[in-house]
Amino acid sequence: MSQPSAPLSFQDMILRLHAFWSAHGCLILQPYDMRMGAGTFHPATTLRALGPEPWKAAYVQPSRRPTDGRYGENPNRLQHYYQYQVILKPNPSNLQELYLASLAAIGIDPLAHDIRFVEDDWESPTLGAWGLGWEVWCDGMEVSQFTYFQQMGGFDCKPVSGELTYGLERLAMYIQGVDNFRDLAFNADGVSYGEVFLKNEQEMSKYNFEVADTASLFDGFAKAEAECQRCLDADIPLAAYEQAIEASHLFNLLQARGVISVQERASYIGRVRDLAKGSCQAWIAKYEAQWQADYPEWVL
Amino acid sequence: MPDFLLELRSEEIPARMQAGARADLEKLFRKEMATAAVSLGDVTVWSTPRRLALIARGLPDATAAVSEELKGPRVGAPPQALEGFLRKTGLSESQLTARDEVLYAVTEKSGRATIDVLAEAIPAIIRAFPWPKSQRWGTASLSSESLRWVRPLSGIVALFDRAVVPCQVSGIAAGRETLGHRFHSTGPIQIDGADDYAAKLRAAHVIVDHAERQDFIREHALAAAHAEGLVIVADEGLVVENAGLTEWPVPLLGRFDAAFLDVPPEVIQITARTNQKYFICRERTPEGAEQGALANAFICTANIVATDGGAAIIDGNRKVLAARLADARFFWEQDRKKSLSEHAEGLSRITFHEKLGTVADKVERVAKLARWLVEQGIVVPANAGTAGRIDASSASGGQRSPVEPGTTELADVAQLAEWAERAARLCKADLVTEMVGEFPELQGVIGGYYARAEGLPDAVADAIRDHYKPVGQGDDVPSAPVTVAVSLADKLDTLVSFFAIDEQPTGSKDPYALRRAAISIKNLVERNSLRINLFVASREALTNVGISLVVAAARSNPRIDEILSKTWPNFPAYHGGIGEIAVTQLRGEDLTLWKSDVLPAIAPGWNLLAPGRLSELSESLRSFIFERMRVQAKADGLRGGIFESVTTPPTVIDVYLITQRINALQAFIGTADGTNLLAGYKRAANILKKEGVVPAQAGTGGRIDATSASGGQRSPVEPGTTNELSYTPEPAEKALMDALDTAGPQAATAVVTEDFAGAMAALATLRAPIDAFFDGVTVNDPETAKRTARLSLLARFRDAVHGVADFSKIEG
Repeated sequence: MSQPSAPLSFQDMILRLHAFWSAHGCLILQPYDMRMGAGTFHPATTLRALGPEPWKAAYVQPSRRPTDGRYGENPNRLQHYYQYQVILKPNPSNLQELYLASLAAIGIDPLAHDIRFVEDDWESPTLGAWGLGWEVWCDGMEVSQFTYFQQMGGFDCKPVSGELTYGLERLAMYIQGVDNFRDLAFNADGVSYGEVFLKNEQEMSKYNFEVADTASLFDGFAKAEAECQRCLDADIPLAAYEQAIEASHLFNLLQARGVISVQERASYIGRVRDLAKGSCQAWIAKYEAQWQADYPEWVL
Repeated sequence: MPDFLLELRSEEIPARMQAGARADLEKLFRKEMATAAVSLGDVTVWSTPRRLALIARGLPDATAAVSEELKGPRVGAPPQALEGFLRKTGLSESQLTARDEVLYAVTEKSGRATIDVLAEAIPAIIRAFPWPKSQRWGTASLSSESLRWVRPLSGIVALFDRAVVPCQVSGIAAGRETLGHRFHSTGPIQIDGADDYAAKLRAAHVIVDHAERQDFIREHALAAAHAEGLVIVADEGLVVENAGLTEWPVPLLGRFDAAFLDVPPEVIQITARTNQKYFICRERTPEGAEQGALANAFICTANIVATDGGAAIIDGNRKVLAARLADARFFWEQDRKKSLSEHAEGLSRITFHEKLGTVADKVERVAKLARWLVEQGIVVPANAGTAGRIDASSASGGQRSPVEPGTTELADVAQLAEWAERAARLCKADLVTEMVGEFPELQGVIGGYYARAEGLPDAVADAIRDHYKPVGQGDDVPSAPVTVAVSLADKLDTLVSFFAIDEQPTGSKDPYALRRAAISIKNLVERNSLRINLFVASREALTNVGISLVVAAARSNPRIDEILSKTWPNFPAYHGGIGEIAVTQLRGEDLTLWKSDVLPAIAPGWNLLAPGRLSELSESLRSFIFERMRVQAKADGLRGGIFESVTTPPTVIDVYLITQRINALQAFIGTADGTNLLAGYKRAANILKKEGVVPAQAGTGGRIDATSASGGQRSPVEPGTTNELSYTPEPAEKALMDALDTAGPQAATAVVTEDFAGAMAALATLRAPIDAFFDGVTVNDPETAKRTARLSLLARFRDAVHGVADFSKIEG
């Protein structure tokens, strides 16, 4: 693909990535309709990373990190931003080459820009997951995470999935050469990212840090825990996993409100992990027999 | 003889693992070759982010034939034994060889082609490779038994001479094709053999020799700095890391906004280095590389020769650095909106250890102890001079007395005490700042900057900055008095606190780094010639811990606080003498409450303050520090037993004195006089031991008159003096008596005045007389009077030596 003459707008960049990964056999999914901290939480990644069935999907996931909010004042910190997430199971042997081709597709020339794979092993304590991989640097800036999943929900990934996570705002700021997220061209017709999302950052930062009712949050956390268990009892692991997503976000909000002490923090993370692991375990238990029938060489 | 080339190509290997991987590859390869009896010439290993390579020179074409013999049962052994042996060897009875009535199975192993050995060795090496962290990948990872590698393994080049070694691992077959640089080279490269490997890769923009890349980075980063009139801040770790991140390194110099130079240089350096792997530069000055101010320049190491000469790369990196420095400057400005003492209030929210209260509690103890160290004259103002204080001609010796009012030092001492206490109160405040939250490794340094920025005296700011030093052996040891007081107090408090809650190091476990703290204490004392009685100082620090724990318990319960305050009017300023507390002051209900509520609540601190417990713990602390000193002395190459010889029995508890004695003794034992005197001593001591004449109790204390040779315990020989002799002594005997009459008191006086070199010189005068005595005089004379007198003379000699050091402990 030739280098575009003008830098891509935010939305055009997403469209290019969709076209690229669609052409490489990925299902183009839509964002999951729940509040979550990263694209990895989407069941299309967490649950689909388990079991032997091949899976290829790409999607944009709005990601919320309440503690990163800066009321829209910081040029590159946001409490709500977008991740472009690609999951390929099993990882193809040319995944690095595919990834580099996707960068070229959005206008990054690897002979003008210094692209590097720098060690960064990924671990999610709340998902009971880990993998090995890199953060990908473009001229010293981290633009993506590249991970080979080894475990999810405490279970070995068989086979291993390759996960690519692009930080869309950072990448767009880089491609467009702007220093503040507000100045990003959202489209090619003069609408800026700030026009679309600045109010959101201001209001939601205030909500996350100042307004959110901590009593309801604690209450909500406990209810999500209980609901997760009810779903597990009813053998609907996907529904149970949604409650794990919910609990995880409520925990993030409680952290932003500063009401969880250092000692309590580990205990809350452990509780979320238990929900996520329980859901993964139930998911496997429910489909294990079918997987074994379809893939005789697969064992848990 | 043929050479062998092995290249294991993979996705990017973490830079930090490459050196270990090279060593492991060579080790595993040598092991495989040794097992198969393949002789080797030179072995070279190289690494880049995408490959590990090994070249072995001068391998044979085949290994030599060997004959292997396995011993079997005796001839005529029961049939079962024979059958078992045949089954094991796979031979028939007729194929066995009999020798000396024993059956042997002899197998002739013909030599093997080296290429076949290699074909087996390569998969074995790959499967056994000990990566610190490894992963599975791809379709094969459907099974958890699939191959593990640091990142996906993508290709194997294995060439013996010019032939491909036929082997495969997990579906990857060895061949002669490899890939060049990720962006500067397209398509596979055909390798003929070990000799064209590096050159063909170089043509494909890969410098395969890591050492060459390191040299290149070092030289070109330097050149880039020089071209701008700057010098580079040398950083070998960064050179190695950048060489591990590139196959074709291109150092590029960029500039960042000079306004960021307001931020402390350490912050800029750590941001650039740790987060971005950039070198930083200083302005060139005539005084040298370390003197120039930090320049607003950075050097990044790209992995490509960019089409635009690197302009876009430099600009991109500049932006990333600017964003990080903007964060740092934000912290720098936010933090300084509060004073350090305001920050310090936040320490009461940080737990130091669940049994030892908060960091604020610790700071309080350190502040008290730092002041005490000054008031006791252990740490003295700089202008008091250290050399004069330990002047050997001054007979005062021992512990310095507390400073007396009216001396000229008073103002300085009062100032020092105040500054030490103040610095101690602020020394941990930066732990709760944003900057240290972001850059934890800058603890202390940041506090020092904030202290200076708010106008605190330099001595206080320096103490805040440097009080963590020395961190272990080899680190700079502070010498500024305020810093010494705070650092010593901090380390003493840490050490005694954990002893107080029974958290002494055990075996290999030392989670609170107490051994390191002990060595730091020793180094502080030595470097600054401090006169400190470790027993007394430990007791003081422990008392602080006890009081601190009682205060913390009282703080948590107002009722306990109230009752405590009735029995302890000066609480919490009360200091010492806790055992005599007037519980009798309590009446009726108070006494009941004291017993039922207060005492259990304050037990951890209260029990610690019991005089017996204080003494016991102080003694174990002293012995712990001594043990660390002994281990360190041994590691530093001190002759075995010298440490023990000056600390047995442990009557000298002044670390500085021990060091002085050790140095003097080590020097003396190295001389001819010392060696011979030691030999004479050992001979005398052996005779006395055989005869049951026990040493005097003076030990190494040297505090008792060494001329008095009377032992503390009864011995069969009552040592006498020359005046009491009932016979005319031999000349050599008389000479030794005379020498002892002079040398004994000389040595003893020298010890008292801490002139250890003088003490050694006095002992040296005994060398010739003791040698002559053993040459010319028979100790075991048939006449009892002579025998007794000569044994007492030897005992006098031994005790005179013991007055300086217990030579019996010295090895060799």
